[in-house]
Amino acid sequence: MLEVQNLSVRYGAITALHGISLSVPAGGIVTLIGGNGAGKTTTLRAISGMVRPASGRIVFDGRDITGLPPHEIVRLGLAHSPEGRLVFANLTVMENLRMGAYLQRDARWIASELEHVFAMFPRLKERIDQAAGTLSGGEQQMLAIGRALMSRPRFLMLDEPSLGIAPLLVKEIFARLVELNRERSLPLLLVEQNAHLALEVSTHGYVLETGRVLLSDRSEVLRDSPQVRGAYLGG
Amino acid sequence: MAFPKAQRWLLAALLLSGGASALSGSIDPYFLDVVMGVGVGIVLASSLNLINGFTGQFSLGHAGFMAVGAYTSAMLSTVVAPRTGLGPVALQWVFFPASLVAGGAVAALAGLAVGAPSLRLKGDYLAIVTLGFGEIIRVVLQNVDAVGGARGLTGVPAHTNLLWTFGTASLTVYTVWALLESTRGRGFLAVADDEVAAEAMGLDTTRYKITAFGIGSFFAGVAGGLYAHLKGYLNPGGFSFDKSIEIVVMVILGGMGRHAGVVFAAILLTLLPEGLRELGSRSIPNPFGGPAWSLDWIKDARMILYSLLLILLMLLRPEGLFHRRPSRMPSS
Repeated sequence: MLEVQNLSVRYGAITALHGISLSVPAGGIVTLIGGNGAGKTTTLRAISGMVRPASGRIVFDGRDITGLPPHEIVRLGLAHSPEGRLVFANLTVMENLRMGAYLQRDARWIASELEHVFAMFPRLKERIDQAAGTLSGGEQQMLAIGRALMSRPRFLMLDEPSLGIAPLLVKEIFARLVELNRERSLPLLLVEQNAHLALEVSTHGYVLETGRVLLSDRSEVLRDSPQVRGAYLGG
Repeated sequence: MAFPKAQRWLLAALLLSGGASALSGSIDPYFLDVVMGVGVGIVLASSLNLINGFTGQFSLGHAGFMAVGAYTSAMLSTVVAPRTGLGPVALQWVFFPASLVAGGAVAALAGLAVGAPSLRLKGDYLAIVTLGFGEIIRVVLQNVDAVGGARGLTGVPAHTNLLWTFGTASLTVYTVWALLESTRGRGFLAVADDEVAAEAMGLDTTRYKITAFGIGSFFAGVAGGLYAHLKGYLNPGGFSFDKSIEIVVMVILGGMGRHAGVVFAAILLTLLPEGLRELGSRSIPNPFGGPAWSLDWIKDARMILYSLLLILLMLLRPEGLFHRRPSRMPSS
């Protein structure tokens, strides 16, 4: 469904990605793991068009999307839930969700998807008129995921959904994500620092280090690989 | 949606301006001048509020766009109007509004010319670019003899009345309000809140910023036209950095992105110098005998007061005097 070929990204003189390649099959869950500065976030940002790649190709659903502006990429059904739960702090929960449906015209679809998001995360319904900035970290992450779903994605990228959230809530959020993937066969590309959890839910994993793909394999293989265990799973 | 209700408010405001305008013959001219100045202030503050408040950009060049509109419409009135052979009624009721719109349009074009390249940038660059633009406009006006140069442009006919000022003020507030309440209007707030997230939602953030900038500059230009035909005289010095700051203070004092708060702040800050002037003409008796203490210095204390006001506001109420929504939470 998504093919990244030989992608390089530069920030001025610094090269953040040195030609990485990865692929996400239809209905799969793929995770990118790696330490700080490995290039995980940059990869997602390049795919969603927020940074322009220096070279390489990004093919989504058979279409070359390299260099397209972000709003056109979202239109194609590729949603990105950015790092650090970037919710619109001054807008209410409802306004945030409606913002997600920014490109949607079908009012009936929007209404039914809102119901679905509220069924998935009942806490959001309780806080429907609350400014998003006043939500807890976990609730903001739920909102960010809900908002991404409102854009009617055919492919969802999530950047560090577990960052700074209570462990119990992280479990809940990941359970919902897996359900989502199963019920709708929605492919997920997941960037995580929490390698243990990420390799548990995903089918494939890529280990990035300083802008290169160090290892890639099926997740259960990576889980048992001594190299990954040593570096990312704490022995 | 409260749309029809808002339109009724707009209609009421327009009728009220028209009614007051018809009675203006019996109003004290000084008072009338001050009141119309308030109207112009509302137009300036509301239009800058769209850029700085709702869309979260930071323009420091609003006086520059105001100057573009002021000189455009004033030149139309002084150079073109006498050659049209129109009577005084047609001049005030047809030619003048057309010249206001023309001034606004030229200001909007200037806004787009400045905005299109710089709004792609994020952060504080816009403030610097617009500041530079405002100064360039002022210096150019000062040195172009055709518009009077440093002597200023005189003989601008006094077409501005209560209907034109408050009609425009109501229309500005209404336009900004309707724009934000529209289906896509929340996009402006989203851009202000978080540009990266807004992009991830599929918003063309650059287009939002340019739209806000274009519309904001348009109304600044119209305000300039009103100002020109109110004072009858234009001087490049009147569109200095101080003027831009004054408008920024109105927006901050009113609470960035509050409709009514900014209108109120515009009224307050337009009346403030008049109050200071009045106060400055008085003196207090010297308790030690001798000549009374003059308060003349207060007249010139406006900029000091603005600065103090801003500092106090940032310390005590950083969200503005009239802000209700919670201020931005620190992210993660």
